[in-house]
Amino acid sequence: MEPSVKKKVMTVDDSRTMRDMVSFTLRGAGYDVVEAADGQQAMSAIATTKVDLVITDLNMPVMDGLTLIRKLRAIPAHRTLPILMLTTEADESKKAEGRAAGATGWIVKPFNPDKLVSVVQKVCG
Amino acid sequence: MDDLSRFKQTYFDESAELLAVAEAGLLRLAPGEIDMDEVNAIFRAVHSIKGGGGAFGFNDLVAFAHEFETVMDGVRNAEIPVTTGLVDTLIRANDVLARLLAHAADETDAPAGTTDDTVAALRHFLGKAEAPAEEQPPSPADRLYPDDEDDEAGIFGDALAAIQAARDDQPAPAFAGPVSEGPVPEGKVRWTIVFRPKAELLLSGNEPTYMLRALRRLGDAEVVCHLDKLPSLRDLDAELLHLSWTVTLLADPLVDRAQIDDVFEFVADDCDIRIGAEAPPPAIIRAAEPLPAATATAANLPEPAVPSSAPATTAPATTSGSPGAAKAADGAKRGNGGGAGGDHSGPTTHTIRVDLDKIDRLVNMVGEMVITQAMIAEHLRDLPPGQFQELLEGLESLAQHTRELRESVMSIRAQPVSSVFSRMPRLVRECAAATGKEVMLVTSGETTEVDKTVVENLVDPLTHMIRNSIDHGLEGPEERERLGKPRAGTVHLSAAHRSGRIVIEVTDDGRGINRAKVLSKAIEKGLVQPGATMSDEEIDHLIFLPGFSTADQVSNLSGRGVGMDVVRRNISSLGGRIGVYSTPGEGSRFVLSLPLTLAVLDGMVISVGEERFVLPLTNIVESLRPKPADLHGLVNKCDVMMARGEYVRLVHLHRLFGIPQAIDDATKGLVVLVETEDGSRLGLVVDEVLGQQQVVIKSLEANFRRLDGVAAATILGDGRVALILDVAGLREMSRHGGGYGNSGPDGATPPSPSLPAPADRFDQRQRQTV
Repeated sequence: MEPSVKKKVMTVDDSRTMRDMVSFTLRGAGYDVVEAADGQQAMSAIATTKVDLVITDLNMPVMDGLTLIRKLRAIPAHRTLPILMLTTEADESKKAEGRAAGATGWIVKPFNPDKLVSVVQKVCG
Repeated sequence: MDDLSRFKQTYFDESAELLAVAEAGLLRLAPGEIDMDEVNAIFRAVHSIKGGGGAFGFNDLVAFAHEFETVMDGVRNAEIPVTTGLVDTLIRANDVLARLLAHAADETDAPAGTTDDTVAALRHFLGKAEAPAEEQPPSPADRLYPDDEDDEAGIFGDALAAIQAARDDQPAPAFAGPVSEGPVPEGKVRWTIVFRPKAELLLSGNEPTYMLRALRRLGDAEVVCHLDKLPSLRDLDAELLHLSWTVTLLADPLVDRAQIDDVFEFVADDCDIRIGAEAPPPAIIRAAEPLPAATATAANLPEPAVPSSAPATTAPATTSGSPGAAKAADGAKRGNGGGAGGDHSGPTTHTIRVDLDKIDRLVNMVGEMVITQAMIAEHLRDLPPGQFQELLEGLESLAQHTRELRESVMSIRAQPVSSVFSRMPRLVRECAAATGKEVMLVTSGETTEVDKTVVENLVDPLTHMIRNSIDHGLEGPEERERLGKPRAGTVHLSAAHRSGRIVIEVTDDGRGINRAKVLSKAIEKGLVQPGATMSDEEIDHLIFLPGFSTADQVSNLSGRGVGMDVVRRNISSLGGRIGVYSTPGEGSRFVLSLPLTLAVLDGMVISVGEERFVLPLTNIVESLRPKPADLHGLVNKCDVMMARGEYVRLVHLHRLFGIPQAIDDATKGLVVLVETEDGSRLGLVVDEVLGQQQVVIKSLEANFRRLDGVAAATILGDGRVALILDVAGLREMSRHGGGYGNSGPDGATPPSPSLPAPADRFDQRQRQTV
């Protein structure tokens, strides 16, 4: 068995606190994490860095989460890239919109760290 | 959740910034022209504060933020019209939010009813009075089983047999193991899960392998893959999913249906999922019929049949023990994972947060370096120039680098005053409302940079001065109209660098200082002798005396007895000065002058007798030796000198400071022509000018006490202590005959050194009459 390479997760959120918490939680669970503060930064990063999962907030300046998801899905290389949305409450309409845009799944804020890890594992291993 | 408490400070810091952004945006919000970008920014600010608050369990905060956010959402969707009433409510909501955050930071509870009024007001704009939607509680933590990487081999282990069977044109061996066959063991529940995903599953980034693995974590599982929908290779679309699975899971009774559903959380709506459960007998046994396994049609199976040969362990594992713990390579990398120094290959902002302590240490070290460099220069001064040329040049270079380093370090701590100025619009709005006046605030020079500690200490004095201007200085709208002034009064707040200091001005176009009133009040309080002649400027400066307030009624705002003297003391403690210029009927102008850098100064070393003093270079105009013809004595006043076409008061430092054996005759010594921030000049009589030097400022007040005419102290290269003189203070002292030496020309008795030196003659008189 070859040694397993760490999976790389990109967290996209304009809230620094959120990014810190997601990074901390996932790094502790053995993932590599890269950060972006808005959709635009995320697009730039993903052009040069291979990631195994994108976790994105929806409300962000410059480029919001739904737009990011659509743009990512439009790129052939990322048609099957796992993308999770961060939503608050059981916002059904947002979930539906996200799914329509191509999101893989969602995590509800505020998130329980264990839940975050289990969802991430469920979606990208 | 304890792990996340380390982020609380980040959250509070970030929330403070977000509140400021929201407030600024709300203050600019007005009916008519609505900037949607700003509305969105405000919405996002509240949204982020709410989100973070939920993570730390600040439930009251979250509940309130939710109400606030809902209204903001309505505004940005253009469902709620923007009215002045709405803006006021939103500003109030922002304040309440700030208060809730403060309580959260202190770990205290907000008093009951803090939010009631504001919530009612917010809901009013929503047009409903229902209870807010409940926050969805986070789902219970899933128990995690260790993901045994080695077991991957087990998943695909029997693929070989299937492929072999396909080649041999045999039906694939039926896979049935202990999990799916036989009666359900005691103490377990057998779940049968048939998972038929839609073909487009992969296109949303979902990956069945991970879901299957998630199921396997819940118990012992056997997985059968169904190939019935698999097309021929020619017709195969690699991005579509052509497979389905039946998973048989033997799990503890603790594993409930919800956990299994959770695995398919994101795909349940689009896939055919059937879940059945079997308890151990004597319940009716209904064996689930596995779907017939079709024979493999090709050797390259995208997903071969998948029974697990080795059962996953059912013991719950701790989260930290999970994936990769067994791998040494991962273990080595782990060290970097948890800490803050992680490998950020993603884009980050181009700033860095640094502890202030580190900066202070850096400033101190640079200060010590300056002293050391000066000491070296001192020792090398007496070397014969020819021999040590390179050494001297090297030293000169070192001095240059030290200067640059010093400036760079100081600029790290420098902040634009905008951080203070930005709080003023809010203040002006409140003061104007409270006093019924119309006020317009104009600011300029917000980008002027000042040391961080100075900036922070500016807030109180500026607040007080602006309140003063609005409350006492500006007239009400009707009166202004009568006077032919515009209805709205203007308060102008500006900041600029001037001769090495920062000068902040607060100007208003109101009625100016009522000199008659001020004078009579001062006489009434015994601060001034009746019949004393005073210049207009001197009367104006009476307002800086303690306890001075001419307000007939203590207004809500400024007449609380916190007078201009407190403001002046605040400014003095920062090493600054404050002055006032007033024109009755036209307005008043307060001028604050503060030092830019608190630590190091370019100075000129002078000698008076045996003593050494330092004069800030920024105050020096020139030094010269006057001719007897230039000197004049004014009867009963002072000596003056003609310099550059004007008469300049001469100050004999040795008289002022009581220094023996110094040169008294200006024509035999030197006169250093100095200038204060407001342009008035003095000629200081000294023995010699010794040279220019960068000195480290050490506070005299902190180590001894405050002295008039002295700004600070320093240690010279030869180890001696030299006092850094305060030119404006010297001017005051010479004017009013103060000083530490013999009596001045007006015969006033100087105070003994044990009393605090008077700042002006008025205190002196007061002391004498007491």
